[in-house]
Amino acid sequence: MEGVVKRFGEHDVLQGVSIQLHRHEVVCLIGASGSGKSTLLRCANLLETIDAGHVRLFGQELVDPRIDPDLVRRHIGMVFQSFNLFPHLDVLENILLGPVRALKRSREEVESEALALLERIGLKDRAHDFPDRLSGGQQQRVAIVRSLAMRPSLLLLDEVTSALDPTLVGEVLDLLRDLAHQGTTMLIATHEMNFARDVAHQVVYLDAGVLVEQGTPAALFTNPQHESTRNFLQRVR
Amino acid sequence: MSVDADVESTETPNFFAPRHRRLFVGRRGVAASTISSVLLVTALALLLFVAPGGAVFRYTFFSGHDLWLAWVGDPSKGLSALRDGIVTNIWMFLLSEVLVLFFGLMIAWCRISQSPVLFPFRVLATAYTDVMRGVPLILTMLLVGFGLPQLDLPVISNQSAAVYGVISLTMCYSAYVAEVIRAGIYSVPHGQLLAARSLGLTQVSTMRRVILPQAIRNVIPPLLNDFISLQKDTAIVSVLGAIEVVRAAEIYSATNFNESGLTLAAIFFIVLTIPMTRFTDRLIAKDRAKRLAHE
Repeated sequence: MEGVVKRFGEHDVLQGVSIQLHRHEVVCLIGASGSGKSTLLRCANLLETIDAGHVRLFGQELVDPRIDPDLVRRHIGMVFQSFNLFPHLDVLENILLGPVRALKRSREEVESEALALLERIGLKDRAHDFPDRLSGGQQQRVAIVRSLAMRPSLLLLDEVTSALDPTLVGEVLDLLRDLAHQGTTMLIATHEMNFARDVAHQVVYLDAGVLVEQGTPAALFTNPQHESTRNFLQRVR
Repeated sequence: MSVDADVESTETPNFFAPRHRRLFVGRRGVAASTISSVLLVTALALLLFVAPGGAVFRYTFFSGHDLWLAWVGDPSKGLSALRDGIVTNIWMFLLSEVLVLFFGLMIAWCRISQSPVLFPFRVLATAYTDVMRGVPLILTMLLVGFGLPQLDLPVISNQSAAVYGVISLTMCYSAYVAEVIRAGIYSVPHGQLLAARSLGLTQVSTMRRVILPQAIRNVIPPLLNDFISLQKDTAIVSVLGAIEVVRAAEIYSATNFNESGLTLAAIFFIVLTIPMTRFTDRLIAKDRAKRLAHE
């Protein structure tokens, strides 16, 4: 993403932000609420149209009217703060919907994959439960598995632990750590600084729609270069 | 849990309800409800039996002989049986309800879609709901029932009154149901749309697989309410001369100077709508229980 600008009315939510992700890389976006982290993620999978700048995936310019956003999104998974599981479908159907309806893959084939994924997160026996019956942490892990079932090239995670009970945060972060170790490419907006320090290859600090500072976690957390980064890190600690 | 009285307060508060509010508690409550029921029923019965015109009234509206005659009809005197009329009402509302669901959905879809291709449909759908909710059903019925035959079109102009009735009911109720469905669609949280679209589902699949199933579930009570109303409004088709239950009753009273047929028609509509009403109540209660259970 390069020089991304997003305006809501008069308000510039993103004022020319550029970030780059390489394959197998994990980049964490940190910053106060309203700094533009979520908007940046939504611009990445074209849920928001951008007012200026470029979004590229595999070297292809995505800001082009000839691009079909649905085809792009099939390569980019997204997980939300509020889980957004489909309440009228059971866990398994939630996972199957994308691969079967969007990718037109055969149900049997996807089903065995989905069950394997559920087994990995220890929820295979809950495959036929409805989302309401699951705890927040379980729901969020199902939501992550739902986007993994699409076999995405890039996973976008939008403050996925912010709506969780503190006791349930761990199980979700553990799953994300696993994914990071397996080389999943991820762009993560988060308030969990210790997690960012552990898994990120790059940490990006956003403030009021501006990319203030970017660097390895070691550099950014121990030796922040900017006043506002220092202030922010002090406040979250 | 127990809270000790504030050390500094000198007076212990009194939590007993005042005497007049303690009257109907427990066993006394049962007695009270029995007495009030008996009183109400007696009052209504008195109205029928003690009123100066009570006897005439009972004969005109509740004559057993006429109730039966109106029910079975008499072809030799040109009297249509109410039991045949009922069949007309039933197929009219069943057919209308299916059509209303379909057109209501289409109109709602047009109104919420943002596709430029649908622009003229969107404007049309908005105008349509405005007009159809504004015009009284009986007028729509008369305009359709007497207007379409005058157009002298091949198939459209040669239909029976009952068919024009179904067309009018569908036209009117589609507008209402479209608004109900639209409200249902807006009641689905925005996150559902975001989640579906970010899975790469197209707009149409998102609507069909994610939004509509939830939207319809949210509006089942108001939807059934409209259907109950539609069932009763099949009576209005009588203005077009279709021999449905009300028209048959009117013919009976005009011939035999006895209104018992109308009573019978009223009973039919009650018997028809009560199961639907109870069903709606049960759905609402179930939905409420489900929501409360999750809080």
